[in-house]
Amino acid sequence: MATFLLKRLGLMVLTLWLLTLIVFFAGQILPGDPARATLGNLAAPSAVQALDHQLGVDRPLLTRYLSWLGGLLHGNLGTSYAYQTAVEPFIRAALINSVKLAVLAFVIVVPLGIFGGVVAALYAGRATDRAISVTGLSLSTVPEFVSGIVLIVIFGVELKWLPVTASAGQGASALQQLRHLILPAIPLVFVLFGYIARMARAGTIDVLNSDYTRTAVLKGLPRRTVIRRHVLRNSLLPTITVIATQTGYLIGGLVVVETLFNYQGLGNLIYKAALAHDFPMLEAGVLIIGIVYVVATLIADVLLTLLNPRLRLGGSQ
Amino acid sequence: MSGSVPQPAEPAFPSPADPVAPVAPLDRTGGYLGPAGAAALAAASRATPARWRLLLRKPTFYVGAGLLLFWVVCAVFGYMFAPYNPLAQQLLLNNAAPSAAHWFGTDPLGRDVLSRVITGARDILIITPLATILGTILGTALGLAMGYIGGAFDAVAGRIVEAFLAIPFVIVAFLFVVAIGHSLVGITIIIGLVFTPLIARTVRAAVQVERSMDYVPAARLLGERSGRVMFGEILPNVLPAVLVEFTVRLGYAVFALATLSFLGFGIAPPTPDWGADISANYIGLPAGYWWQTMFPALAIATLVTAVILIADSIEQVLAS
Repeated sequence: MATFLLKRLGLMVLTLWLLTLIVFFAGQILPGDPARATLGNLAAPSAVQALDHQLGVDRPLLTRYLSWLGGLLHGNLGTSYAYQTAVEPFIRAALINSVKLAVLAFVIVVPLGIFGGVVAALYAGRATDRAISVTGLSLSTVPEFVSGIVLIVIFGVELKWLPVTASAGQGASALQQLRHLILPAIPLVFVLFGYIARMARAGTIDVLNSDYTRTAVLKGLPRRTVIRRHVLRNSLLPTITVIATQTGYLIGGLVVVETLFNYQGLGNLIYKAALAHDFPMLEAGVLIIGIVYVVATLIADVLLTLLNPRLRLGGSQ
Repeated sequence: MSGSVPQPAEPAFPSPADPVAPVAPLDRTGGYLGPAGAAALAAASRATPARWRLLLRKPTFYVGAGLLLFWVVCAVFGYMFAPYNPLAQQLLLNNAAPSAAHWFGTDPLGRDVLSRVITGARDILIITPLATILGTILGTALGLAMGYIGGAFDAVAGRIVEAFLAIPFVIVAFLFVVAIGHSLVGITIIIGLVFTPLIARTVRAAVQVERSMDYVPAARLLGERSGRVMFGEILPNVLPAVLVEFTVRLGYAVFALATLSFLGFGIAPPTPDWGADISANYIGLPAGYWWQTMFPALAIATLVTAVILIADSIEQVLAS
């Protein structure tokens, strides 16, 4: 187990390093001069040059990468070109907002997805199963802004049940904030539902076909008891660990939802930073998303191994 | 997703020793089939003409094919039968609600929404198949090489693939679009490149299953070169998995392009485009102009659903 953990941690560090490379160089190929973007078209060339020098963007690429990486290792995410202050408070505030939205989406989708998947498995191959599976699949490929628009029209504009902006404003109570977040959370729920339901379905079908389920049925246990005590317990473990890996998407793929509902989250921050050529902000934001994904994958990986003795003891194959 | 037969798609406990796909065969970015599903499909399925005829007995296939055909007709002939010129502005008739003259109403510039929805199919149906083909070719080649050569090459390429997958693909795509600029060719190449690691991961998993079969060492003993073993022997056997992956990716390409357009990095106005039109008009929603965004939204939803229904039918048929 210790070796396994160490190996996984080593691989994670390697992935993170590659991630910094990708993020940094993707940021560098963005066209446009940051000083020019900050100062505007009318600024004098000498002023632009001076700011470029102050920002350090006139240094060679490798030097800049190494100083950026060195800063990261000391917990310094960099200084925003656009705001001329540290990136970190912006990232922190946006991350907290995104996490609120993501947690709400998770709280709704996890029970729903598992329920859908288990029901589909119990009726495998029949109309109920097909309906759940095909609906889930379609919902998960419809872009968030499409379902978002439909929801806004129905619940925000026509029925007026829910507010159409995600931010409740300063000093709003937790309950008000929650009300504002429901509509933005639903497109995320739609996207995730198909995946979770599919995993839960596959896991449940696996267990339903196992010998111990047959034994439980043959020894005369009622169907409900068999499902609750034997099937659910064993089928949900892999599903739960797969859910953990979805955090990366949830925190990162929010660009669209946050833009549509005008919510100050990480996705929105990255989007605006890209438009403003604010590389340090952009790089820090994308990197944070990457880190969340990689760490969540590691947690899921370890969890799965802990929950399944066969993997813990038997090694790879 | 098929009948009462034991479901072979995902093994409940994917091997964590797999360097590329430790645990998540079905994460958002990994797509629908995923490496584990691809491996199972490669092991279980052989595409035969008899199998393909099964497709014609799937109602979901007919619904999907019908919808797709509808949009293809709109893409090809849309400019001929659209009731109005999609670019023609009638500023006196702006924001008009749906009526007999304008079935889907008009937008803030007085352009006919129905005509824009019909003609908006064109660019999306040109770009997405081309991008998906590009991504499938590159991804299949990379996946074949990773799965067949293995060793250090596989480990290094696997790490790089994994690092790319850590960034949501929409963000990768828009970073590159901002960098390269959003010409139609540029967008096509970028979506194709963004899909490459995803497809490579799936194909690699399928190749690993094939590599352990007897015909591979047999071919090698016959003196076939690596390239021939990969493309001549293994590739035909992983084609079903590649095909399913292609159809699913096509759905995601529509997703990606629509999202890029919505964010302002896709097809540029005034060319009719569903995502861009939604982006331009959703500000009018609180004022009650729902038709300007609702109909393009439904267009995207039906196109995506059509592709996914076809993908699902193909997978069922191949895995049955």
